[in-house]
Amino acid sequence: MKKKFGALLSVGLAASVMLAGCGSDTSKETKGGKDKKDFKVAMVTDVGGVDDKSFNQSAWEGLQRFGKENGLAKDRNYKYLQSQSASDYQPNLQRLVRENYDLVYGIGYLMQADVQKVAKQKPDAHLALVDSVVENQKNVANILFKEQEGSFLVGLIAGSQTKTGKVGFIGGVTGPVIKRFENGFKAGVKTANPKAEVEVQYAEAFDKAEKGQQIANTFYDKGVDIIFPAAGATGNGVFTEAKNRAKNGKKVWVIGVDRDQYEEGLPEDVTLTSMVKKVDQAVFDVSKQTMDGKFPGGQVLNFGLKENGVGISSHKDHVTDKALKLVEEYKQKIIKGEVKVPGTDAEFKNFKVK
Amino acid sequence: MSFLDILAIVIPAAIVSAAPLIFTALGGVICERSGVVNIGLEGMMLFGAFVGAVCMHFFEKMHLGAASPWLSFLIAIVAGALFSLLHAMASISFKADQVISGVALNFLASGLALFLTKKIFDAGETPMIHERISKQDVPVLSHIPIIGDWFFSNAYATSYVAIFLSVVVWYVLYKTPFGLRLRSVGEHPMAADTMGINVVRMRYVAVLISGGFAGLGGAVYVASISGNFTHATISGQGFMALAAMIFGKWHPLGALGAALFFGLAQSISVTGESLPFFKDIPSVWLLIAPYVLTILALAGFVGRADAPKASGQPYEKGKR
Repeated sequence: MKKKFGALLSVGLAASVMLAGCGSDTSKETKGGKDKKDFKVAMVTDVGGVDDKSFNQSAWEGLQRFGKENGLAKDRNYKYLQSQSASDYQPNLQRLVRENYDLVYGIGYLMQADVQKVAKQKPDAHLALVDSVVENQKNVANILFKEQEGSFLVGLIAGSQTKTGKVGFIGGVTGPVIKRFENGFKAGVKTANPKAEVEVQYAEAFDKAEKGQQIANTFYDKGVDIIFPAAGATGNGVFTEAKNRAKNGKKVWVIGVDRDQYEEGLPEDVTLTSMVKKVDQAVFDVSKQTMDGKFPGGQVLNFGLKENGVGISSHKDHVTDKALKLVEEYKQKIIKGEVKVPGTDAEFKNFKVK
Repeated sequence: MSFLDILAIVIPAAIVSAAPLIFTALGGVICERSGVVNIGLEGMMLFGAFVGAVCMHFFEKMHLGAASPWLSFLIAIVAGALFSLLHAMASISFKADQVISGVALNFLASGLALFLTKKIFDAGETPMIHERISKQDVPVLSHIPIIGDWFFSNAYATSYVAIFLSVVVWYVLYKTPFGLRLRSVGEHPMAADTMGINVVRMRYVAVLISGGFAGLGGAVYVASISGNFTHATISGQGFMALAAMIFGKWHPLGALGAALFFGLAQSISVTGESLPFFKDIPSVWLLIAPYVLTILALAGFVGRADAPKASGQPYEKGKR
């Protein structure tokens, strides 16, 4: 008897929690012909959280900027929901859709399946997904970045500034996104310095700093003097190794990734520059388009140099003028379409230095 | 690159990555030798890493300079010990299932550490720590031909502390009355009790020491490898240490050897990909090499590994 009561109680509790989720107002009028002041946009973070110093944080900054510039009210017109675990993605997305948000972002490729499901269930909702693609779904805008173009620029810098003629790339887990980093970087190095060698190794983990440190240790011992890690927290180990070497009087460099990693390199100052991915810019742009009634549903948006979606950080004191000139030159060429930066192994094979 | 050059890369790297595992595995040995299973090593390590990172950050701000990581280690030891008190209370005083209490500790540690990180820094991770320990050559010894390059160059001081402590733990466990009592409590608590040993107190002490060791392991990981604390900083190292303890047959020197072996296997697998000897091996083989080697070693060379007899059983006075 006691057991039965317990089960009943827990079912009751679970139901009330679920209902509480739907409690918010659903009495708003339907979409279309809305005043701009009534535009509502929100995002769901992945488990990294809104202050992860990475793409979740960047996306939220973009949303805040958008809200402020358009005089929207925080928490009413724009807000975020934090996900504590992967099982939160779907309920969070659904909740925002039910609350009649005109545009709901899922941040990060981890949310791909959940965005797809919610989009199918609610064909009227407008959703956007960062870093991945939901195919054949008219109500999802897919935001991708041309990481290869940003990586190409830092590759140019590495290629022209290496003293030993050897540079390194450390990848997190092999996959299309990290491959874009790798191939863009290699192409950049080869363009600046056809004779330079590029060592490439994947740690096959985004969270193993000790592996990053060991790979960096090997690379530096083999004469590499600049390493570009695209490996999340594994990259922390690369910074550790570089700082150790710098402290012992060897000049080696790390190129930061995704955001400005200048601070990671202190106090030995080993960050040469960083390749940044401007998620905030993408979120801002897509929100604006949607507000203007031009929601890019069903499209795959590629944010590259032209769209100001990737670039190099403002910390570039250690970059030589010659390298910066080269960067500027190729930036224009890429924007004009004269140079197409390879993003896959096959494209890199066919890449010719111009 | 000659074979000797390769060894000069691989061996120091192995020693570096083994140090946090050695500390934590030693904690595991002491705890399980007293008859308390400690699945919570991961959580204790994580908590130590968190406390270590926070202390290092604030000590650095207080301009303590090079002393800051070492002071932080001491605090991490205390924090780890206090944290393990929960495990001790649940599994010794309240006689809860030791495995469950350990698992609970793992969950608690990651949740609590991240929550506090957010409260303190208003961010998902601690700031990068600038004042760390750094790799150095050992004076004089590093000039010994060959061996100097392998064992005394490019190393953290903490690695030598870890190796030294293994010997100390071995001495304490096997050569002192305290160690004998601790082991007897783990083998046959009733007999020990009959001889006038306070079983509950011995076990409390053992769990606290293990918490201190694990906390130190976590803090050393932060100071020597990761450089800050995030949700991904401690991801499985505690379980690796647990495996090293079993691999080492619940013996401090065995655990030391096992942790070094893990470090070596991983450093060969990581380094191998860009070395002439191993270059032609498909990288997937190198990636799984540490695990395959461990299975082979466990199955083939180590032989039977017997846990302490009373490990995992709460002691109830007067029960037969």
